[in-house]
Amino acid sequence: MIVELGHYALVLAFALTLVQCVLPLWGALSGDDRLMAVAPPVSVMLFVLVLISFVALTVAYLNSDFSVLNVLQNSHSAKPLIYKFTGVWGNHEGSMLLWVLILVFFGALVGFFGGNLPKDLKAATLSVQAWVSAGFILFLLATSNPFERVAGPPLEGADLNPILQDIGLAIHPPLLYIGYVGFSITFSFAVAALLLGRTDAAWARWVRPWTLLAWCFLTLGIAMGSYWAYYELGWGGWWFWDPVENASFMPWIAGTALLHSAIVMEKREALKIWTVLLAIFTFSLSLLGTFLVRSGVLTSVHAFATDPARGVFILVLLCIFIGGSLSLYAWRAPMLKQGGLFAPISREGGLVLNNLFLTAACAAVFVGTLYPLALDAITGEKISVGAPFFNLTFGPLMVPLLMAIPFGPVLSWKRGDLHAASQRLYAAFGLALLFALVTFWLWGMEKVLAPMGVGLAVWVMAGAVSEIVTRVKFFEIGPKRGFSRLVGLPGSAWGTVVAHFGVGVTVLGIVTASAFQEERIETMRPGDSIELSGYEVTFDGAAPRRGPNYTEEVGHFTIRKAGAYVAELDPSKRVYTARQMPTTEAGIHTTGFSQLYLSLGESRGDGAVDVRVYYKPLITLIWIGCVIMSLGAVFSMADRRLRVGAPKPAARRKAVQTAAAE
Amino acid sequence: MTRKQRRLTLIGSAGAVLAIALGLILFALNDQIVFFQSPTDITQKTMPAGQRIRLGGLVEEGSVEKSDNAQVSFRVTDMANAVAVTYKGILPDLFREGQGVVTEGVIGPNGVFVADSVLAKHDENYMPKEVAEALKDQGHWQGGEGEAN
Repeated sequence: MIVELGHYALVLAFALTLVQCVLPLWGALSGDDRLMAVAPPVSVMLFVLVLISFVALTVAYLNSDFSVLNVLQNSHSAKPLIYKFTGVWGNHEGSMLLWVLILVFFGALVGFFGGNLPKDLKAATLSVQAWVSAGFILFLLATSNPFERVAGPPLEGADLNPILQDIGLAIHPPLLYIGYVGFSITFSFAVAALLLGRTDAAWARWVRPWTLLAWCFLTLGIAMGSYWAYYELGWGGWWFWDPVENASFMPWIAGTALLHSAIVMEKREALKIWTVLLAIFTFSLSLLGTFLVRSGVLTSVHAFATDPARGVFILVLLCIFIGGSLSLYAWRAPMLKQGGLFAPISREGGLVLNNLFLTAACAAVFVGTLYPLALDAITGEKISVGAPFFNLTFGPLMVPLLMAIPFGPVLSWKRGDLHAASQRLYAAFGLALLFALVTFWLWGMEKVLAPMGVGLAVWVMAGAVSEIVTRVKFFEIGPKRGFSRLVGLPGSAWGTVVAHFGVGVTVLGIVTASAFQEERIETMRPGDSIELSGYEVTFDGAAPRRGPNYTEEVGHFTIRKAGAYVAELDPSKRVYTARQMPTTEAGIHTTGFSQLYLSLGESRGDGAVDVRVYYKPLITLIWIGCVIMSLGAVFSMADRRLRVGAPKPAARRKAVQTAAAE
Repeated sequence: MTRKQRRLTLIGSAGAVLAIALGLILFALNDQIVFFQSPTDITQKTMPAGQRIRLGGLVEEGSVEKSDNAQVSFRVTDMANAVAVTYKGILPDLFREGQGVVTEGVIGPNGVFVADSVLAKHDENYMPKEVAEALKDQGHWQGGEGEAN
């Protein structure tokens, strides 16, 4: 019954989106207040309806209702409760329902909190958001109905893919989707601006916090996905340049460019046309990512099932939304007025440079991801574009960008002075040089690129810190006043510093973990030891163990450093009973920011087992840096200047009122 | 600086960055892509020594031999031809005899394929797409269209 209710709510939501598609937009274009007033309540109702439908599916999962096809194919009664819950989106239909839920959630947020938006902009934005929602709800209902029943249900389900039975599934998809789908709202804002033919400062101030919000979650989602793959797949890698990863990385790069160009637009009214285009591109890349991941053109753990009808449906949606918005752009963009002038050496100039490199890097990733697919479709030739391609294209494009990062915030708007700006960065440069030289001195010619990478990372981190220190003249005015000035800086200034610092931290992690990683692969018998980076790893033996829905063979290892006990690790090989599918559970020991990573191969029968041991120096910095970056976005969002029409201080409002009364 | 000069600087730098990006992409596409080959392709064509290729097919039944130091050797077959492969490392969880596999590496001087990465399917339902098609080419595909379950 509750399942049918969920299905019904979804159908109702589809009908409502059709209303929302037309009426508010009509009102916005014809200036009819009553029609525009339809949008906010409907946007909230849409969210409530899709939520009901999502809850209905969740209930079916929690009750292990195997008469629902989706539950039957992806769940098992012996599965731990948490995975029954997260299993809701661990399959194609459920994950698309989550996608739609977040889509209408963002619409509802604008409907609910957009009180001080211009009325017509709000109505048009919600209409555009409803077009996207209508498309995807129809996709669910027509090709991927999660509520389909089966006649004569079996007693037991087919279980969830064991790789997905992990706490990562509770965190990674929702975070990623909030980011991914969150860009839909900037897309809707951009299309609404084009439809209405104007972008004003209020528009820019509205777009930036939404971009920041989506970007913040996308950053966390990608980082979480990377860490999950790192510890779950047992290959010890944290980024594979897999097309599925690129599918989420491309919107991230475009979104990063967007949030920088939105600053120029907000502060200086320049780059309007470009910002609108970037907003369209960013969400288009999200849609493209959804297509790549969900249509089954790629073989991956993310492609739950391949059904040609679904691929074609998403492709059609993709063409309509991307083609439609770009045509609208070509038609209406010339109407938008271009804003302020600036010299090439200026804050604006720096942000333009950022956008240039980011879009070029995004294009490189785009080519590398889609070229094999296109080549296969056209000539039938099978190629693979792997890490070497991306290291050779993406890497060199990032280097000048990273070098330029510290300069951006110290340049002034409109017309900057590169010489004066450099003077503020001497200390950061000195520090970076010092670290690079020390690295070179320690490792010499053996690793030539590493000192440059370390220097670059330190340069970015120190540059971020020195910007803010010299800005408040911390050392000139003494620490006490300097400290209070630091606290008093606006949120967006802190956001810049923190986010840029995070970039440096991530770069440092990437450089050290790739350049100084040590790896050993050995066949070990009980009692054998391996030496690696000063650690002694001893294999004590293996023993079987039973879990709730799996059995495993656990290897026991003791780690010592210079004879002293450090830790014990228990990596294992699991076999999940329902699917008879094996998985590898790595054993990870974290010391400081570095990790010792152990994974087991198949046992050889006579007690011997293949073991792979890595020492990965400072690897956790990669993900810590991402968390710091999203923290920067939080700081920036907290900036009260971003809240349009923030209530004026009471005293001033009173003064205005009395003035008006007189 | 006049308005025109400013615009030219902007367009010039945009052009420069895009040209660099394009150059890098073309260079990398020329140099860094890896072609997928079936065992039949490898036995019939002569590959330049040292060229990286992806070899895909089924792991031949009874061909897997493990020796110490995590060394593994096996044969990859498309039911018409087979190629011997050696690999040092840990095989993926779903690596099994008679199942699909994709390996990447170079052909050594003695004709043995030295793999540095071995990929099997992500879960038991899927056959790597390239492998499925290579098998279809040889007429040994028994599964359904694109999907094996």
